[in-house]
Amino acid sequence: MITLTLKEQPSVPLEAEVLSPDVTAELSNAAIRALPVYLGKRQRRVEDFFDVDGASSDQITIKGDASRVKWIGRAMTRGQITVTGNAGMHLGAYMSGGAIDVSGNGSDWVGAEMSGGLIRIGGNAGGQIGAAYRGSNTGMRDGTILVGGGAGLEVGMRMKRGIIAVRGPVRDFAGLQMRGGTIVLGSGAELRTGAWMMRGTIISLRHLPLMPTFLYSATYVPGFLRICSAYLDRLGFTLPCDEQEGAYRRYTGDTSVPGKGEILIWVPRGA
Amino acid sequence: MGRELHGVEIVDTFAEAFDMRASRVIITAASEGWARTAAVSMTGFATSVIGCKVEAGIEAMLPASDTPDGRPGASVLVFAFNAEGLSTRLVERVGQTVLTCPTTACFDGLPDAPERATVGGVLRHFGDKFQASKVVDGRRYWRVPVMEGEFLVQETFGTQSAIGGGNLLILAKDQAAALAAAEASVDAMRQVRGVILPFPGGIVRAGSKVGAKRYKNMTASTNEAYCPTVRGRLGVASELPETVNSVLEIVIDGVDRQAIEDAMRVGLDAACGPGVVQISAGNYGGKLGKHLFKLHDLLN
Repeated sequence: MITLTLKEQPSVPLEAEVLSPDVTAELSNAAIRALPVYLGKRQRRVEDFFDVDGASSDQITIKGDASRVKWIGRAMTRGQITVTGNAGMHLGAYMSGGAIDVSGNGSDWVGAEMSGGLIRIGGNAGGQIGAAYRGSNTGMRDGTILVGGGAGLEVGMRMKRGIIAVRGPVRDFAGLQMRGGTIVLGSGAELRTGAWMMRGTIISLRHLPLMPTFLYSATYVPGFLRICSAYLDRLGFTLPCDEQEGAYRRYTGDTSVPGKGEILIWVPRGA
Repeated sequence: MGRELHGVEIVDTFAEAFDMRASRVIITAASEGWARTAAVSMTGFATSVIGCKVEAGIEAMLPASDTPDGRPGASVLVFAFNAEGLSTRLVERVGQTVLTCPTTACFDGLPDAPERATVGGVLRHFGDKFQASKVVDGRRYWRVPVMEGEFLVQETFGTQSAIGGGNLLILAKDQAAALAAAEASVDAMRQVRGVILPFPGGIVRAGSKVGAKRYKNMTASTNEAYCPTVRGRLGVASELPETVNSVLEIVIDGVDRQAIEDAMRVGLDAACGPGVVQISAGNYGGKLGKHLFKLHDLLN
């Protein structure tokens, strides 16, 4: 186990993609302390910002308000990062394995273009969760992102596979140009959900303002939701799929593209 | 030399079994009744690879808590001679009997098996490009639109090496005694996981030998050595004691040797009832199958 305790919050964002289990797994304490990080354009050492305990481990704990520490867990393939506090932008971007657990808030671009692994944010996250970077065709390709609070714009933009589940409210353009995968909106979303989506599934447990380019299909409980529900249940996220309690209204779209995606809106029995 | 169990002679012989490939198919439905209906339909006409190209049976009914989608289900084991044949049979049977059955979904029961047979990945074409796939926890499922709603089926099913042809022969003084003993044996064996008894009710009355003496084109024919009605005819080397007038066989296919041994052991014990004269087993002298189950070893 390696414990990194932030000495003080950096004055400008600190780019610290070396904070990854793949990097630290074989390194001594001294080598970890000497790893390069970038404060603005200046190269510094990890020990300039963190007290470092432990060595040679793919289990990393980061303590303190790291909301200005970017790229934590970038491209990681294994191990565990636990952040007791907040985490900065690009958390777990490009990751393909392992797990990241943040007790506080995340920021923008959580799990951007990730292809595997699990990210859990206890609080709120920013925009572009699991999204494609500007100029890139494909966002998240696999893996799971769970957000305990709300999230910002363009959640799951151009994602192709994987699951994003957000317990709190989400802002505009969730699932923008989505190409596959599943987004679960525990408290609904603001405007233009699923705009230009080609494929994939957006599930909302609350009423959503739908664009007119989504057309009603049927009201039922899709079988795959039971599989999703069982999977998310193991991660502490509940997805209703008991036909005695309600059903999902399925809308297909975005027909303006035209797309073959779907938005499923939970309607409790009797509502 | 024979040994006795509950006053019944256990012949010093062995069951001879063969290598096979197996898959486990989990069928779920809105109720246990519909899960059973689909499973019974899927395992119909699957008694022997000789005539049916596949052997299949219901391994167990599953409570909702033990299935992937939290609904009542049935676990079906399917056996064939090789992976290619197994894959073909799975597509045929799941496609014709599970896809068509109301409320069902179909899942792989061997998720850790590295060798896979593509099933949902073929059946998806029934969706005529209206189908959609979903990957959850690293496994791909196909959602095939049907008039009732959607049929959910996993893309691939695991296949593994298995053993087919474990057996017991129950030699009894009359038909009623043989049937009662066989039924008791089947009831006991069906409590063992990892095995199926592919014949009707788990019991076969028409045990066979390889080929035929008088018909060249027959791949199997009646095992006259255990047929009481031809005892005494010229050319028949009967294996039946004088007091035996009816014989029933129980064939056991299992996912591994241990499962078959466990089933044969409890089946042997349960079969030794009133009117049973001997328990024996079918074999080919150990020349054809590499898995030999000695009855006396099971007693130990």
